[in-house]
Amino acid sequence: MSHTLPEKNFTLYGETFSSRFLLGTALYTSPQIMRDAITQSRCEIVTLGLRRQNPADRAGDAIWQFIQESGCRLLPNTAGCKSVKEAVTLAEMSREIFNTDWIKLEVIGDDYNLQPDPFGLVEASDILIKKGFKVLPYCTDDLILCKRLVDVGCEVLMPWGAPIGTGQGLLNRYSLRTLRERLANMPMIIDAGLGAPSQAAEAMEMGFDGILLNTAVAKAHNPPLMAEAFADAIDAGRKAYKAGLMQKRQTASPSTPTIGQPFWHQ
Amino acid sequence: MIISLNNEITEITAQTLLSDALIQWGFGETKIAVAINGEFVPRSTYNLREILAGDQIDIVKPVGGG
Repeated sequence: MSHTLPEKNFTLYGETFSSRFLLGTALYTSPQIMRDAITQSRCEIVTLGLRRQNPADRAGDAIWQFIQESGCRLLPNTAGCKSVKEAVTLAEMSREIFNTDWIKLEVIGDDYNLQPDPFGLVEASDILIKKGFKVLPYCTDDLILCKRLVDVGCEVLMPWGAPIGTGQGLLNRYSLRTLRERLANMPMIIDAGLGAPSQAAEAMEMGFDGILLNTAVAKAHNPPLMAEAFADAIDAGRKAYKAGLMQKRQTASPSTPTIGQPFWHQ
Repeated sequence: MIISLNNEITEITAQTLLSDALIQWGFGETKIAVAINGEFVPRSTYNLREILAGDQIDIVKPVGGG
């Protein structure tokens, strides 16, 4: 039996991808390591941002060059925005500079845990979708928030696993399972908070459609190798979801037949 | 006159167009986007927008992001 080739059926806003891994481009120790991590991740979408910079500061040039050379689809973010107005303005700046109407929408409501502001997120999504953007909102796992985001026209949702950069994995499995069941046909990407490939595999086994992360790869001792580990885990989790996990049981059940067991004592 | 450029107080000659100011500040060929007073300014309007006293100008460039 041959190996199953990666399915090219991960569709976001009408575009189809083979990889279900979206990788961030921040926090690497060098642009070269970022480039190698992108390659090893097999990702087809990378996130990036915009920041004030002095014209003489060329530090970001190599990162930008490598990102362009990767051929990946760009998903600019509105990281750090704390108001609807800031997020909308930064999205418009991103659309012009990156020539894409895709935007990873972040409206942050709290400095301590960088939790998305649900009210601002819905309002900003509504405004941006009416301006022609394809919004991928970074949101919490709250079902009603996610339904409101769908109501205003989001075709993809990106609920958090845990707060950004914490590496704590899937903190609220009940909410995530509920989301998956209640919004069964909505593409959903677990974004942020994952620290280990096993956590990404678990999210995929639960039926989520993709994984977006940055810190867990960038802060590994060997980011390219960790990127490959996450890619393998995401593929494995997807295959497991498609294959169908067995039902858990409370009691043991022998896997080897008991009929014909030698030395059997009646 | 005084303006704010990326949150730093900067002096610039009155009646300067944004397009000229960007060259003056060294952003001529750089991949940037601009907002003035929190409003996005499309590239196609750089040569129409005159910088006014007190304007808060934000100029951004691509960076790595998550």
